[in-house]
Amino acid sequence: MKTLLIIPAYNEEQNIGNVLDNIRQIHPAVDIVVIDDGSLDATLTVAKTKGVTVLTLPFNLGIGAAMQTGYHYAKVNGYDIAVQFDGDGQHRADQLEALLKPIECGEADITIGSRFLSKGVYETEVARYMAIRILSRIISFLVRQKITDPTSGFRAVNRKVMHFFCDYYPDDYPEPESLVLLHKAGLRIVEVPVLMEKRLIGTSSITLFRGVYYMVKVILAVLIDMMKEVPRR
Amino acid sequence: MDKILLIATLVDILIFVSVIELIRRNRLKEKYSLLWLFSALAMLWFSASRKTLHYVSALIGIQYPPSFIFLLAFFFLIVINIHFSTVISKLSDRSKALSQEIAILREMIERNKGLE
Repeated sequence: MKTLLIIPAYNEEQNIGNVLDNIRQIHPAVDIVVIDDGSLDATLTVAKTKGVTVLTLPFNLGIGAAMQTGYHYAKVNGYDIAVQFDGDGQHRADQLEALLKPIECGEADITIGSRFLSKGVYETEVARYMAIRILSRIISFLVRQKITDPTSGFRAVNRKVMHFFCDYYPDDYPEPESLVLLHKAGLRIVEVPVLMEKRLIGTSSITLFRGVYYMVKVILAVLIDMMKEVPRR
Repeated sequence: MDKILLIATLVDILIFVSVIELIRRNRLKEKYSLLWLFSALAMLWFSASRKTLHYVSALIGIQYPPSFIFLLAFFFLIVINIHFSTVISKLSDRSKALSQEIAILREMIERNKGLE
């Protein structure tokens, strides 16, 4: 099946080169599109020298709209599967197979790579971890299905979800919010255990306050999403 | 006539004429001016007609009738602002879609140039 890796990148000149090399090493043939979300640094140049397709947005649209650009590109170019892959080095190319399998078998419309389902030890800041746990409970309740890693951006989708995301993709907190919209549309979500790298952001940047603040904003956004009109697919 | 009502009447006329003038000079689209015109007219009616103002004020229990005009102005401002928020939302959706389309088209053009 024709598969596309979508990598949104905003000021990722430090990481994007390694990320692309890494993917190429393990999957030499897979199509890759980098969405340069109006980066001010050399992200565009670095990505282009690696020989991948780069879509350049005229100005910074934010992660949601940048990701959606990739889905539009996948739809226009007739891809069967689109994969979301982070440009910051958090996601591992060797975990891609696990993500693709349920889609290729037709068992899922979207798969989500969960770091909490896997046996690997995933070290993270306590505040961030707590926020994800609580969010996981709330999202699981809303979508009537256990979701262990609602903020994971390591995802693969089939054509049905690709088309859905072209019409409905949240701007603010796309990962948790899209789960609610997918559920309302009646699409099949499957979580897959994957290993992830620790974020390369150095020291802990998420304080307890910011963790709580993030969580409150996401919960509000998700509750509003629950009220939205979404046609079933 | 109360001094306050006279001032309110003059201000309403000023708003009405200004909006008409902006439309005439093509600086305001009719679509976005209707709410302003309607608000100005409604307020003009209550400011100019003392009888109507006193009747409505008594009806809803307002002791000092001119304050009804402030209430009305406040109400219209809220309605107009919500209306503008919906307009802004629509515009930002469209500018987002246009940016995405530009990115995809630009890539297509570059790819075709490479083939030539």
